[in-house]
Amino acid sequence: MEDFLPTTLSKFGSVFSAIAIFTVVLGTIFFIAGKFNGKKSKYIAIAVFVSPALILLSAGLVIPAVRTVMFSFMDADSLNFIGFDNYTWMFKDPNVAIIMRNTILWLLVTPLFTTALGLLLAVMLDRIKRESIPKSLLFMPMAISFVGASIIWKFVYEFREGDVQIGLLNAIWTFFGGEPVNWMLSKPINTFLLMIILVWTQMGFAMVILSAAIKAVPADVVEASALDGAYGFKLFRNITFPMVKTTVIVVLATQVVGALKLFDIVRTMTGGNFGTNVLANEMYSQVFVQFDQGKGSALAVVLFICVTPILIYNIRSIRRERAH
Amino acid sequence: MSLKISKPSSGRQIFSSKIAAITVWTITILWTIPTFGLLVTSFRTGDAIYANGWWSAFTKPAFTLQNYREVFFGGASESLSDGILPYFVNSIVITLPATIFPIVIATMAAYGLAWVKFKGSDFIFFAIFALQIVPLQMSLVPLLQLFTGGAHIGSVTIFPALGIAGDFAGIWLPHTMFAMPLAIYLLHNFVASLPRELMEAAHVDGANHFLIFRKIVIPLSVPGIAAIAIFQFLWVWNDLLVALTFAGGTEEVAPINAKLASLVGQYGSSWTTLTAGAFITISIPLVVFFSLQRYFVRGLTAGSVK
Repeated sequence: MEDFLPTTLSKFGSVFSAIAIFTVVLGTIFFIAGKFNGKKSKYIAIAVFVSPALILLSAGLVIPAVRTVMFSFMDADSLNFIGFDNYTWMFKDPNVAIIMRNTILWLLVTPLFTTALGLLLAVMLDRIKRESIPKSLLFMPMAISFVGASIIWKFVYEFREGDVQIGLLNAIWTFFGGEPVNWMLSKPINTFLLMIILVWTQMGFAMVILSAAIKAVPADVVEASALDGAYGFKLFRNITFPMVKTTVIVVLATQVVGALKLFDIVRTMTGGNFGTNVLANEMYSQVFVQFDQGKGSALAVVLFICVTPILIYNIRSIRRERAH
Repeated sequence: MSLKISKPSSGRQIFSSKIAAITVWTITILWTIPTFGLLVTSFRTGDAIYANGWWSAFTKPAFTLQNYREVFFGGASESLSDGILPYFVNSIVITLPATIFPIVIATMAAYGLAWVKFKGSDFIFFAIFALQIVPLQMSLVPLLQLFTGGAHIGSVTIFPALGIAGDFAGIWLPHTMFAMPLAIYLLHNFVASLPRELMEAAHVDGANHFLIFRKIVIPLSVPGIAAIAIFQFLWVWNDLLVALTFAGGTEEVAPINAKLASLVGQYGSSWTTLTAGAFITISIPLVVFFSLQRYFVRGLTAGSVK
C-alpha cells in the first residue's frame, strides 16, 4: 500500500506519455504531409489516412487468423503438422460432445428467449405512459459487464448447506417447501440458470431496437387496418410483425453470434465445470490451461465457421436497410 | 394531458394499456431486483449478510461502509491484501488510450476511404467490413506470440519482438486492433454522409485533406464519434477475454474486471468483498449509462454487431 501512490502516478504517467506521443507523431505527420501540393498530395493523404488502420488490421486480425488456421493442423506446441487430428479429436472426445451440445443449446435457447421477451416488451411499452423509466431499467443490465452480471446472479443462486438461505432463488424455493439446492452443481438446470444471465443482460438491447422499429411503423397503416377490423393479436400478427420482421431477424442473428462467442459468464460462474462448458471457454482452456495450441486453434476455427454465415447475413440485411 | 388520454384509442391496441402497464412494471421489477439485492448487500455488515437474506435488511438494519473500505484499500482477504484500487487504476489506464487510439485511427481511415477517392478504396472498405467476421478468439494466440517472440522467416526477423506482453501497451494495442473493423465501418457511414458541397467548397478555397479533416470532418462528426467512443469505452472496460490473455492477473496491469472474475472462483472470497467489488466495477458503466443515455443507446445499437 505504501508504494500505491508512486506506482499509480507512474501508471498515469504512461497513459499521459502514450497519448502525448500519439498526438505529437500524428501532428508532425499531418504538418509535414500538409506541406505537399498537387497530384502528390493525394497519394500522401491516402497513405497517411488509411495505412495505420490497414497495418493494425493485418497485424491484428488477418495474419493471426491465417496463423490460427495453420496452428489448428499442428501439434500442441505448433512444431509439427499433424493433419486433421485436432478436428477428429473433437468428434471422438466425449467432453467435446458435451461442449458442442451445450453450445447448440445456448444458441437455440437464449436468442429466442431474448428476442421474444424483447418483442413482447417493445409492443407493450408502445402502449403505456411514462415508458422511459421501465425502458431505462430494463436496458440497464446491458451496461454491466458479464463478470459483474455473473456476480449479481451468483448471489441470487447462492446455496448454503444446512443454514439460512441468503440466495434469493433458494429462499423462494424453500419458502414453497423445497429442499435447498446447490444450483450450480445440478445438471442440467445449471446451464439454463447461466442462460438466464445472458438473457438478463441482452433483453434490453432487443427491446430498444424492436421498440424503435415498432414506432417506425406508419400510424396510418395501423389505423387503416384497425378500420378494417384488425385489432389485438390479429393486428400484431398481420400488420406489426411483418413490418418489423427484418429487425427481428437482425436481433436474432446478433444474439446467436453473441451466444456462440459466450465466454465470460461460464468462465466466472462455473469455470466450465459441472457439465456447463461451452466452445469459447474450452478454446481458452485448451490454449491457456492445457497449453495445447493445436486443439485451441481448431476450436477457434470451428467458432469462425459457425459465425461466418450468420454475420454475413446480418451485415447484408443491415446494409440493405441502410440503402433504403 | 387529459386531452391526450381522451383521444380515441388508435388501432395500436394490441394489449389493453392496463395489462401492458402491469406486465411491463412486473418485468421491470423482476429485472431490477438482482442488482438491487447486490447493492443492498454491499452495504451490510459481514455478520448480517450471512445471518439472513438481503431482503431482511430493511427490518433488521445493519449497514456499514466497511466492505467498500476493505475492498478499496485492502485487508479484506489474502488475495486482495492491497485492495482493488490498483486494479481500478489499471482499468482507467487501459481504457483511456484503448478508446482514444482506435477512434482517432478509425476516423482517419473512414475519411480516407470516403473522401480521398482512389482506385480500390471501395474494395478496401468492403474488406475491412468483412473482417468483422473474424472472432477475437482467432487472433489471440498468434498475436500474443507476435508480442513476445516477434515474427521471423527462417532466421530473418521481419517483425521485432515488441516485448510489450504483460505491459499496458500490450493491452492497448490488441484493443486498438480489434476495434478497427466495426469502428471504421460505423464512422465511414457517418463521415460519408457529410455534405459533398462543403468538401468541394473547401477544396476550391485551397484547403488540403489534412486541413479539411481537422476543421470540417472532426467537428461535424462529433455526435457519431461520441456514440462510438462510448461503445468502445464500455467494451474495453467490461472486457474479460483480452484482459486475461494479454494482461494476466497481476496487480501491475490487470483491470478490475479480470481481478473480480478471479476472486469469484477463489476459496475464501466472501460476499462482503464480492458485492462491494462488483458494485465498484459496474459503477463506471452505470454512470455513463445514466448520464449519457442517448449516446449510449445509439452507440450500443450501432455497435451490436461486434
